[in-house]
Amino acid sequence: MRHIVIGAGPAGVVAVEHLRAFDPEGQITLIGDEPEPPYSRMAIPYYLINQIDERGTHLRKDAGHFDALGVEVLQARVTAVDTAAKTLSLAAGDSAAFDKLLIATGSSALTPMIPGVESDGVYRCWTLADARNIVRLAQPGKSVVLIGAGFIGCIILEALAASGADLTVVEVENRMVPRMLNDTAGGLIKKWCEDHGVKVLTSTKVESIDQGSGDRPLNVVCDSGEAIAADMVITATGVSANTGFLNDSGIDVDQGVVVDDYLNTSADDVYAAGDVAQGKDFSTGGFNVQAIQPTAVEHGRIAARNMVQGNHHAHRGSVNMNVLDTLGLISSSFAMWMGVDGGDSAEVSDPGRFRYVNLQFQDDRLVGASTLGLTDHVGVLRGLIESKVRLDGWKEKLKQDPTRLMEAYIARTQALGHNAYVR
Amino acid sequence: MLRALQLEPEKCTGCLQCEMACSFENEGVFNPAKSRIKVFNFHDQGRFAPYTCTQCDEAWCMHACPVEAIVVNQDTGAKEVLDSVCVGCKVCTIACPFGTVNYSHDSGKVIKCDLCGGDPWCAKACPTGAITYVDIDSTGLGRMRAWAQQGVPSAASFNAPMEKDVQTYGQAQ
Ligand SMILES: Cc1cc2nc3c(=O)[nH]c(=O)nc-3n(C[C@H](O)[C@H](O)[C@H](O)COP(=O)(O)OP(=O)(O)OC[C@H]3O[C@@H](n4cnc5c(N)ncnc54)[C@H](O)[C@@H]3O)c2cc1C
Ligand code: SF4
Ligand code: SF4
Repeated sequence: MRHIVIGAGPAGVVAVEHLRAFDPEGQITLIGDEPEPPYSRMAIPYYLINQIDERGTHLRKDAGHFDALGVEVLQARVTAVDTAAKTLSLAAGDSAAFDKLLIATGSSALTPMIPGVESDGVYRCWTLADARNIVRLAQPGKSVVLIGAGFIGCIILEALAASGADLTVVEVENRMVPRMLNDTAGGLIKKWCEDHGVKVLTSTKVESIDQGSGDRPLNVVCDSGEAIAADMVITATGVSANTGFLNDSGIDVDQGVVVDDYLNTSADDVYAAGDVAQGKDFSTGGFNVQAIQPTAVEHGRIAARNMVQGNHHAHRGSVNMNVLDTLGLISSSFAMWMGVDGGDSAEVSDPGRFRYVNLQFQDDRLVGASTLGLTDHVGVLRGLIESKVRLDGWKEKLKQDPTRLMEAYIARTQALGHNAYVR
Repeated sequence: MLRALQLEPEKCTGCLQCEMACSFENEGVFNPAKSRIKVFNFHDQGRFAPYTCTQCDEAWCMHACPVEAIVVNQDTGAKEVLDSVCVGCKVCTIACPFGTVNYSHDSGKVIKCDLCGGDPWCAKACPTGAITYVDIDSTGLGRMRAWAQQGVPSAASFNAPMEKDVQTYGQAQ
């Protein structure tokens, strides 16, 4: 069996490891186009603040890891896939044949349509190469404008603020992380950032990035009329799946590569995983691009298994979830945090201490949650949602005190005294 | 033979000796808030339940980690956090559906039960036998994934997380 995996991010790396586990004899090739060993984008914020060096971002720290697994790693760009001939073309003009193919090419940061966005000093923060530029320019005394306060924007916000640069964040929606937290929680994050010296402009759109006068090379003009002189501008305004090379392949692409419950694409023997795949959502049963690390890993495991063993292992759907640390204010959101039709909710809010818990129920099950300042046992929110456990009387208790999550989980599952290995 | 913590809530009296022993052995202080095992108190029913990481087969925490900071200890089967590699991103804390990985403000990294390297202090401290360290029957042995069995990766250069003012429930400010 010849397996080829395109894309050396978390989805691709986990996939080749599982391919090897399930197919000890097969030939496995991992093709990635970035000029680095396989690394994790998620580690970039920690590289930016010099908590780790580049090696700390690598997905596998042992240099001989892929050799030891018998996985060939190629640095090349795939330009086309021919599903009938079962071959793919590489940018250098070569081609390669496969029996099973996994598309794990991830997503890329979108460049917003703003006049001047191509100027020098305007960067995205998506790759290690981007991060190197940002480290060079984010210095004390410099003025940095971050366009976009979504999840990725907020993740890099802390690193940018820590560089000592003067940071201004511009977000077109009315609050921070609008797709992860509601008005109350998103508003509290904004206040927290402002209290910590970051200027936040919400409901504000950048109209253009002009050449600066004076000693700052850029001038960021907002629709409010405000203009910010900047040394560097970072855009974090959304991502799109890397599917361009599939245009002539006949493989169905929507938001991302269309897959079924087995992560099989519209072409036989071709699978997709990670940010590039429009995979199943646990909560809705529908298919969407979640673009988060845990989902990429889950896809990689399941796709590899189905590639080797046939389509027997269905994906139950991934729970969409995020955790964010914004200058020390830790927030998280899970699944249907925004609530569901006909559902009800419980909330505790202590804005003075930046604490917030919001639980969303459907009948007597938890279906979503968002929190600020909750770090102890926070994963149990996933457990409660994914196990679909009936809360019974605990729903009322949680409505009175939403922080009693662990007790609810323990009381309502057979987990009491149950251990994975012993009963 | 691998062993595991067996938790029997019906024997727990809520004395918190396990929490004290865990925090002292692992964090150097007698402070239940820093314990990796937690006793939950069901006031209304007068019941107690000790609870910690089950070293589950799925190892959600380990697979979610972006930097390979959680590894399987080959001797004990425990999923252990490598302090020198963890960047404190907290993804494992939301990935563990049992809520048994916690972020520590003091270290800026996460902490979870590591079975104390094969001699868990909580079990030794428990006066009633509600926590015991017992053999796993041999059927449980095939569960470890081959690819996870690599050695401990050497750390690159890692610096301490930056100091910051952290706002959360529970932990002392
Ligand atoms: C700064 C930052 C912080 C983040 N923080 C978090 C976080 O805290 N939590 C979280 O859940 N997620 C986070 N994410 C998102 C997370 O990193 C992604 O969900 C994850 O990387 C997806 O993995 P993947 O393997 O699908 O894709 P990727 O990691 O994008 O890997 C895909 C690889 O394929 C390569 N490729 C693309 N096209 C081709 C081609 N034609 N030929 C060959 N190679 C190709 C790409 O260059 C890339 O190297 C963050 C992302 C960024 C940028
Ligand atoms: S911390 Fe959670 S996910 Fe990790 S091994 Fe323990 S129970 Fe499993
Ligand atoms: S907090 Fe540490 S151990 Fe947990 S996922 Fe992040 S780097 Fe890995």
